[in-house]
Amino acid sequence: MSDTSPPLLSLRGMTKSFPGVVANQGVDLDLRGGEIHALLGENGAGKSTLVQMIYGVLKADAGRMLWRGQAADIRDPAAARALGIALVFQHFSLFDSLSVLENIALGLPPDDAAAGRGNRNSAAGRGNSIAGRARLRDRIHAISARYGLPLHADRHVYQLSVGERQRIEIVRCLLQAPRLLIMDEPTSVLTPQETARLFETLRQLAAEGLAVLYISHKLDEITALCRRATILRGGRVVDCVEVASESARSLAARMMGEELPDADLRRPAAAADAKALRLQVTGLSRAPAAGVAGGVALKAIDLAVRGGEIVGIAGVAGNGQDELLTALCGAADGRPGDAGRITIDGRDCAGAGARARRRMGLAAVPAERLGHGAVAAMSLADNAFLTAFERRRLLKLGFIRARACRRFAAEVVAKFKVKAPGVDALAASLSGGNLQKFIVGRELGQAPGILIVAQPTWGLDAGAAQTIRVALRALAERGAAIVVISQDLDELMELSDRIGAICAGRLSRLHDTRAVSVERMGLLMAGAGDDGAGVATVATVTAGATTESATETRHAD
Amino acid sequence: MDISGILIAALLTIITAATPLLFAALGELVAEKSGVLNLGVEGMILLGAVCGFAAVVFTGNAAAGIVAGALGGAALASVFALLALGLQASQVATGLALTIFGVGLSALLGQDLVGIAYAGLPKIALPVLSKLPVVGQLLFNHDILVYLSWALLAAVVWFLSRTRAGLVLRAVGDSHAVAHALGYSVLRIRLFATLFGGACAGLAGAYLSLAYSPLWIENMSAGRGWIALALVVFATWRPWRVLVGAYLFGGITIAQLHAQALGVGVPAQVMSMLPYLATIAVLVLISRDRGKIKRNAPACIGKAFHPSS
Amino acid sequence: MPIELSRRPSPSRAMVYLSPLLALGITLTAGMVLFAGMGVPPLAALHAFFVEPLSNAYGWAELGVKATPLLLIAVALAVGFRAGVWNIGAEGQLTLGAICGGGIALLLWRSDGAWVLPLMLAGGVAGGMAWAAIPAFLKTRFNTNEILTSLMLTYVATLLLSLLVHGPWRDPDGFNFPESRIFSDAATLPVIWHGTRLHLGLPFALALAAAVWVLLARSLVGFQLKVNGQAPAAGRYAGFSERATVWFCFALAGGAAGLAGIVEVSGPIGQLLPAISPGYGFTAIIVAFLGRLHPLGVALAAHLLALSYLGGESAQITLNLPLAVTGVFQGMLLFFLLACDVLIHYRFRWRGYGRGRGRIGRGHGGRDGRGRGRRGHGGRDARRNLEPNPAAA
Repeated sequence: MSDTSPPLLSLRGMTKSFPGVVANQGVDLDLRGGEIHALLGENGAGKSTLVQMIYGVLKADAGRMLWRGQAADIRDPAAARALGIALVFQHFSLFDSLSVLENIALGLPPDDAAAGRGNRNSAAGRGNSIAGRARLRDRIHAISARYGLPLHADRHVYQLSVGERQRIEIVRCLLQAPRLLIMDEPTSVLTPQETARLFETLRQLAAEGLAVLYISHKLDEITALCRRATILRGGRVVDCVEVASESARSLAARMMGEELPDADLRRPAAAADAKALRLQVTGLSRAPAAGVAGGVALKAIDLAVRGGEIVGIAGVAGNGQDELLTALCGAADGRPGDAGRITIDGRDCAGAGARARRRMGLAAVPAERLGHGAVAAMSLADNAFLTAFERRRLLKLGFIRARACRRFAAEVVAKFKVKAPGVDALAASLSGGNLQKFIVGRELGQAPGILIVAQPTWGLDAGAAQTIRVALRALAERGAAIVVISQDLDELMELSDRIGAICAGRLSRLHDTRAVSVERMGLLMAGAGDDGAGVATVATVTAGATTESATETRHAD
Repeated sequence: MDISGILIAALLTIITAATPLLFAALGELVAEKSGVLNLGVEGMILLGAVCGFAAVVFTGNAAAGIVAGALGGAALASVFALLALGLQASQVATGLALTIFGVGLSALLGQDLVGIAYAGLPKIALPVLSKLPVVGQLLFNHDILVYLSWALLAAVVWFLSRTRAGLVLRAVGDSHAVAHALGYSVLRIRLFATLFGGACAGLAGAYLSLAYSPLWIENMSAGRGWIALALVVFATWRPWRVLVGAYLFGGITIAQLHAQALGVGVPAQVMSMLPYLATIAVLVLISRDRGKIKRNAPACIGKAFHPSS
Repeated sequence: MPIELSRRPSPSRAMVYLSPLLALGITLTAGMVLFAGMGVPPLAALHAFFVEPLSNAYGWAELGVKATPLLLIAVALAVGFRAGVWNIGAEGQLTLGAICGGGIALLLWRSDGAWVLPLMLAGGVAGGMAWAAIPAFLKTRFNTNEILTSLMLTYVATLLLSLLVHGPWRDPDGFNFPESRIFSDAATLPVIWHGTRLHLGLPFALALAAAVWVLLARSLVGFQLKVNGQAPAAGRYAGFSERATVWFCFALAGGAAGLAGIVEVSGPIGQLLPAISPGYGFTAIIVAFLGRLHPLGVALAAHLLALSYLGGESAQITLNLPLAVTGVFQGMLLFFLLACDVLIHYRFRWRGYGRGRGRIGRGHGGRDGRGRGRRGHGGRDARRNLEPNPAAA
C-alpha cells in the first residue's frame, strides 16, 4: 500500500514466555485500517498468546505496541477497548442464563462515555434501567440491521445456536465502534454457509475502514478472505506474505515448516463392502439428559458400520454429538424413553451398560479429555485401568492388578510416543496432545472391534494429529468398524469412507465421501438438503431470511 | 376473642415465625446468585443471635442489638470468604466448619447470657395505616425487624433485576470465567455477596434472640439455617418465592404451637418434626424436575475460582 | 497485599501431610490466645486440656471410648466424601442405630442369651442404614440434595428418640425421668480392659478402618468411588454407576453410624437417654477431613478429637471453663486445616511492595494480570482455554 501514515497497530519484538515454553519470541506485526490481516499458524504456534497480549489479557515480557504510531500501554482489556480494540473470543464470552441484551450490556463499559470517544449515547450501556435497556435495544437493532446480524435481544443465550452466539459477540464488539476487530478462529464452530455469511460481514466492515485481525489455521479461508498473512511457527514470525501471491500449499509449507509425509488415509477402493456389519443402530431415540444445559434429544438415528470402514459424522457443536457418543457406548444409567436398537456384531445391546459393551468389543474416545476421557488427578496407570480393565484383564476377584496396570500404561506410552515422565504422572500434567495420544492408545490397546471417537485431533499439532489419523486407519485395516464424530469437516473428508452429518439430534443419510461436496455437507450440517431430514431446516443457515422477521419483531416492540 | 381475632393472632405469629427464615434465605439467595454456596447459615444465625442479645444486654439499646447481630453474622461470613474465596477451600467443607464453629462460639460467648430476660423489640405502629381494620393489625404493627425484612425483600428484588450491579452479580454466578475475561472482579463481587448473606443471617439471629424468643439459649436456631438453605432451592433462586416459602414454613411452625395449645392428641415431638419433614417434602417436590433445578440454579454455584486458572 | 498466591505446577505431597500438623499448631496457638482472653493462664489451660486427661491409664482408656464412635463414623464418611456424596446426617443415623439396637435390648431385657448382643448390634447397623437409605433414595430417585435431607433427618431422629424415652420406653421404675431401663448384662458390650470403660467397640472401629483402607486402595469398588467423586463424566464413560455409588456410601456410613450408636448405648451409656451423643456425627466430619479422608489418618484424627472432648471435660472440672470450648476448638481446627490445605495446590510468594496492585488471586507476580492462560500446570489450562472446546455450546 502507498499509505504513508503510521499503521493502526504495530507490534515490535513482542515476547512472552511461560514456565518451560517460549510462546512468543520477538513478534513484529503491522496492521492498517481497512485490511483483513491473517494470523496463521498451527495449534501451539503462539497465535492466541499474541492476541491475548494485544487485548491486555496477558502482559508481554518484552516488546512494544504502537497504536497509530504512539506507544500504547495496554494493561487490561478495558484499556484495549478504550483504544478501540475488540476481540471475539474463540470461546464465546457469554452468560448462558442471561438474555442477549444483558450479555451485551455486560460487555460494554458501565458508562460508555467514559471511554472518551464521542459519538455515542452515553447512558445506553450503563445499566439495567428501563430507559437504558430501551436505548441499548435500539442500538443493537441498528447494528444488526446494518451488518446483517439478526439477533433477538430478549432470548436467553442457552436457547441460541452457535452462529447466533457468535453474532452476539460481534454485535457487542461493534457497539463500541472499534478500529480493530480481532477474530480468534471464528469459523471452527460454523457451517460452511454460516462461514460465508460471516465473511461478507467482515468484508463490509473492512470496506468501512475497520482493521480485522483474522486468526486461523484454515488455509482456504485465508486465501478467500485476507490480503496479507503473518505466519507464526513455534512462537516466531516466519513470514509476512501477500496472500494473492501464495497458494494454499505454499502457505501450508510455511506454516508447518516442513511438508508432512503424505499418508494415504483412504482405504483402497477395492477393499470395500466385503466385510461384515459390526455396528448397527436402528431408530435410536433418546430424550435429552435431564439438567444438561442445551441437551439435545436424539431422533431416530440409523447407522450401520462395516468392519474395515471409517464413518465420519460431521456437525456443528451441540447438535447431539455428545449424546450420540454417550448412547452408543452405553455410558449412562439406563433412562426411560430410549427407543431403538443397537447391535454389536449382531448381538443386541439392550440392557448392556458401558462395561458390558466394552466386553463386546466397543471402545470409545470422548471429545473432552480431562474429566471425561481421563481423570485429571489420577496417574496414567490408574487412567489406563479406567476403561481397559475388562478387556485387558486388569482385575482379579474385584481387586486391581496394580503391576499389570502399570505394564499396560507403559505399553501405551511407548507405542504412541506419549511424552510423560512415567506412568505415575498425573493425567493433568500432560499436554493436550500427549493426553489425547494416551487416551487413543488406551482404547486401541484393547483391540476393539468397534471404535467411536469424537474430535480425535482437536487442538493437536499436525504431527500428533497425523499419528492419530494413521492409527485409526490402521485399526480399520485390521477389520474394526470406526465412527469418527468431528466438527472438522476437512478432517472427515480426508479420513472417512462414508460421511453423514448430525443436526439437532438427527443424523442424515451416509454418503460416499468421494462423491459428496463440501457444500452439500454444509447443507446437511444445517439440517437441510437431505431427503430424510427435512424437519430441522432453516434454523441455522438461512440467517438472511430471518433478518426480516427479526426486524419486524423489533419494530413491533 | 372472636374468630377473626384468633385468625389475626395466628397470622401474626406466622409472620413472626417466618421473619428469621426470610432474612436468612434472602441473604443466602444473594450469595448463591453470585456463585457462593455458604452452608454456614446456621452458625451465622447463632452468632448473630448471641451478638445481638449481648449488645442489647450491655447497652440497653435495641438498635445496637440489631447492628451487632448483623455484624456478628457478617464477621463469621468474612471467615468463610477468607477460606473459600481467598484460599480456595471447598465451599461445602468451609460452610460445615462455619456451622460447627458458630455453634461452639455462640455457646461460649453466650454462657453468661443464659437466663437473662429481655422485653423484646418494641412494636412500631405505623401512623394511620395501623388503624386500618384487620390489615392494620396484621401488617402495620410490628417491630422494626419485620418491616426491615419486607424492605429487604423489595431491595433484593430491585437489586437483582434492575441494577447493573445486580446484573454483574448474576453474571458472576453464571460463569465466573467469562465474567473474569470481561474484566469483572469475581472475588470482590463474591466477597460482598457473602458478607451480605452473613449480615442477613445475623439479622435472622438477632430477630430470634431479640424479638421471637426473646432470650438467649444455646443452639436456639434449631435448624432454621438449614431450612433457609432449603427455602432457596424451593424458591428456585427467585426472591419473591422465598417470601412464599418463608411464610409457608412460618405457618407450619405455628401450626405446631397451636396444636399443642389446643391439646391435640399428638405428642409434642411429632409436631416439632413437622418443619423438618416439610422441608424434605418440599425439596423432593422441587428437585424431582432435574432440569428445573439446573435451569434456575446459578451455574457456578459452589465452584472455586482462582483468577489464574 | 505484598503476598500473592500462585498455583504449584503439581500438588505438593509433603503439604498433604504437613497441613494437618500445621493446622494443629495454629489451633493450639489460637487456643492459648482464646484462653488468655478468657482470663485463664494459657499454659495451665492447655495442660488441663491436652495433658491431664492422659495422665493415667483410665484416661487413655477413655480416649479409646471417645475415639470409637468418631472413628467408626469418620472412616465411613471419608469414603462418601471421596465419592462426592455429602452425608452430613451421621448424627441422625447414629441416633437411629441407638434406637433400633436399644429397642431390641429393651424388648429382650429379661433374656440373658448370648445372641441378644449380636442381635442388638445388627439392629443398630440396620437402623442406621435404614435412616441413611432415605436421603440415598431421595437423591437417586428425585435428585434431592443429600446435605439438606440427611441433616433434616437428624433433627427428626433426635425428636424421635426424645419421644420414645419420654413415652413408651420410659423406665417404669425410673421416677418419671426421661430414661429407659438400664440394659441387662446380656445387652451390655463387654469391656476389653478391666477396670476401665474401654469396650469391644474399638476393635470394631479399627477393623472397619482396615477394611476401608483395603477397599479404597486396591478394589474396583474403591476405584469407582474415587472416579465418580473426582470426575463424574469419566465415571459414566467407564460405566461406573452413580446411583450405586450414592447407595454404597450412604449404606456404609449409615451402617457405621448406626453401629456407633448402638455401641455407645450398649457400652459406656448402658441405657437410652434423650441425648446420647455430644455431636459425634458432626465432629466425625472434622475427623474425616483432618485425617485426609484416609483410614490411617482418620484413625489418628479420631483420637485427637476424642482428646478434645476429654480436655473439655477436664478443663471444666479443673479450671471451670465452659464445655462449649470443645466445640470452638473443633471448629477452629477445621478452619485452620482448610486454610492450610491451600498450600497443597498453591504457594505464597512474597512479591514485595510497590509492584502495582497485585493481590491474592493475581497470577504470576501480577505480571500476567488477568492471567487467562499460563503454562506449567497452567499450560494445560492455558491450552484448554485457547483450544476450541468441542463440548462447549
